Amino acid sequence: MHHELKQLAAAWAARPVEERLGMSRREFMTFCATLATTLGLPTGAHAAVEQAMDKGRRPSVIWLHFQECTGCTESMLRAEHPTLEKLILDVISLDYHETLFAAAGHQIEAARKQAMAENKGKYLLVVEGAIPTRDGGIYCKVGNQTAIELTRECAADAAAVIAIGSCAAWGGMPSTDPNPTGATGVHKIIDKPVVNIPGCPPNPYNFLATVVHFLTFGSLPAVDHLNRPLFAYSRLIHEHCERRAHFDAGRFAMEFGDDGHRKGYCLYKLGCKGPETYANCPTVLFGDAGAGTWPVGCGHPCIGCTEEGVGFTKPIHQLAKVKNLEPPVSYPRTREEQGKGVSLGAAAVLAAVAGAAAGAGAMVARNLGKGSGDQAPGSDDGGKSGPAGN
Amino acid sequence: MSSHEHAPVGGRLLTPVTFFCVVLFILALAVLGVRFVHGLGSVTHLNDGYPWGIWVVADVVIGSALACGGFAVAALVYIFNKGEYHPLIRPALLASLLGYTLAGVGVLFDLGRYWNFYHIFMPGYASPNSVMFEVAVCISLYIAVLWIEFWPAVLEKFGLADAKKKLVGTMYIFIGLGMVLPMMHQSSLGSLLIVFGHQIHPLWQSMLLPLIYLMTAVLIGYAIVLFESCVAAAGYRRSIETHLLNPLAKVMLGVLAAYLVIRVGDIVARGALATAFQFNLQALFFWLEMVCFALPFYFVGSEAMRRNPANLFLGGLYLLLGGILLRINSFLIGYMPGDNWSYFPSTGELVVTVGLFALKIAAYIIITRRFPVLPREQHAVAA
Repeated sequence: MHHELKQLAAAWAARPVEERLGMSRREFMTFCATLATTLGLPTGAHAAVEQAMDKGRRPSVIWLHFQECTGCTESMLRAEHPTLEKLILDVISLDYHETLFAAAGHQIEAARKQAMAENKGKYLLVVEGAIPTRDGGIYCKVGNQTAIELTRECAADAAAVIAIGSCAAWGGMPSTDPNPTGATGVHKIIDKPVVNIPGCPPNPYNFLATVVHFLTFGSLPAVDHLNRPLFAYSRLIHEHCERRAHFDAGRFAMEFGDDGHRKGYCLYKLGCKGPETYANCPTVLFGDAGAGTWPVGCGHPCIGCTEEGVGFTKPIHQLAKVKNLEPPVSYPRTREEQGKGVSLGAAAVLAAVAGAAAGAGAMVARNLGKGSGDQAPGSDDGGKSGPAGN
Repeated sequence: MSSHEHAPVGGRLLTPVTFFCVVLFILALAVLGVRFVHGLGSVTHLNDGYPWGIWVVADVVIGSALACGGFAVAALVYIFNKGEYHPLIRPALLASLLGYTLAGVGVLFDLGRYWNFYHIFMPGYASPNSVMFEVAVCISLYIAVLWIEFWPAVLEKFGLADAKKKLVGTMYIFIGLGMVLPMMHQSSLGSLLIVFGHQIHPLWQSMLLPLIYLMTAVLIGYAIVLFESCVAAAGYRRSIETHLLNPLAKVMLGVLAAYLVIRVGDIVARGALATAFQFNLQALFFWLEMVCFALPFYFVGSEAMRRNPANLFLGGLYLLLGGILLRINSFLIGYMPGDNWSYFPSTGELVVTVGLFALKIAAYIIITRRFPVLPREQHAVAA
């Protein structure tokens, strides 16, 4: 039966890619170009992406679930360009995924072990969910193995490890204080390099673009110090935010439903974490749900779900730390005063000074004049200046 | 700099005059306290059109010009070798020292970010093509030079003859610097205005501004010596050094005549004379300035008039007023930043400026009473 399945798969892969994906050739080209752009690849790279996807090489993917809500998977399933169930079954060979598989129990565990053995050193490991570490990791078990054991076992022979969602990236929501299960991210459990795609949930295209990068170039994309792909996480949400002009102009929504909020002003003062959160939400939006639909676009402040120490840690309405720019305590006036004119006090002081100076000057002149007048007849002055003058 | 030339005046330090001056200075300190806590805007009437007010014009531009006595007399004594004026050097130097030091301190009050003041001394921040940079560096250096030039009086006071002798041995360096530095920055104060371009009224905007400023600085230097000698004589009831002041007044008139020829010639050559006959504030103040520059010819023009010390005093006084008006006119009255901008100093600004001048007067009195600065009296003076 396994052999027949393989034949079927080969026949499926032999069909033209646009037919396999259920989209027109034009749509497929657009999709490849979009992915290449999302990745920040140079012009012409979409051809390489096309070729790679055309081949239908289908890397084997093992997808593990631990402490999480399956939101990442749900978000992937809602993707529509193309519909991700097609892509996920076509571009990759999803050999193990607890949510999507009809099989269960020993059967599915056996499938995982077989896929790992057959694609040793070549398969992709995707982890969704945080890994509990307290008390030997007993708080999350699948097939009687703890999350730690499963992750280490699957990662040992994986070509690359991708941690999808904030939970897998650093512990996410389950790791919020007091963190009773000792939840943590994948990279703390294994020694291999891990690419983190944080977000709650992350935009599916960030994940997809990472996989396609691996498919096209045989390597994972460049990452930042938190192992997040630079193509998606190198800029603050604040930098490309559609409400940025309002921030710069000092126009803020002060509470939900107020005048500023209705007019679409900046949500910074409602606690928007865009200024301290690195993600590409303003440009690729959120969850492929349509134009303008991402939290800030809908009028809710960003909660910073991609940023460790911000999302699930800082209160949602706490003011963000603006990382690229500190707003001054006060702004300069928009209309400068052009002079205040003469004040009564100033005029009085000036008049007093002028009067005192004139009076003193007159007195000095009079005294000096008198002195010379008095002294001249007695020639006292002459006596003084005469010898010294010689 | 022989010690027999100068002697302390002696007498009480706390007199009604010094007391009154110190009270004025304390008022100024109170205003400055508000300025440093709440910023320039809380005290001054400065605005974006007039970023410079009387703190710059009166305390720095005029203050340093009034302090040119030391430089002007030193030029006579050391450059033109007129040794007979030597007794006048120390009092002039003291006035220069006080004037420049307080001008330097006065700049601090007007600096928005005063805590960065030391940047002027750091080569990394230097912008050698800037006129302002030249003014700032020259003034700071000159303040140091003035203190060194005055130091023999202090050493003399404390009987440190050896130290004084050593210092006097190197004095030629500082006298040289003391000539060059003020010439550089007094002319540059005029160059500052050239940079303002058409914002300065044609009666004052001229490529000759550096020369005009330099010549008036020298004139003010001589005028302040006349003024200060007369006031010191009147205030301390001393005999007046008419034998020195009369020839000095003649030198002063010569420079003044040259200045007026250049000034009027420049206005005529630039075709700006017509603007002097318009009916406006600028024209009015221009004539006030010119009258003040002309009046000394009446008061000290003839030998007969010069014999009366009151005329020496008035001649010096009007020349001072002329120099002061030139600076106020070119920096404030003739400065036209555009429609609707206006500036008149606030009470606080005036209080600070008055307080600073009061401090200079008090310090001058206190120092001349205790240090050998003024020329030694030939006869005992009636108390």
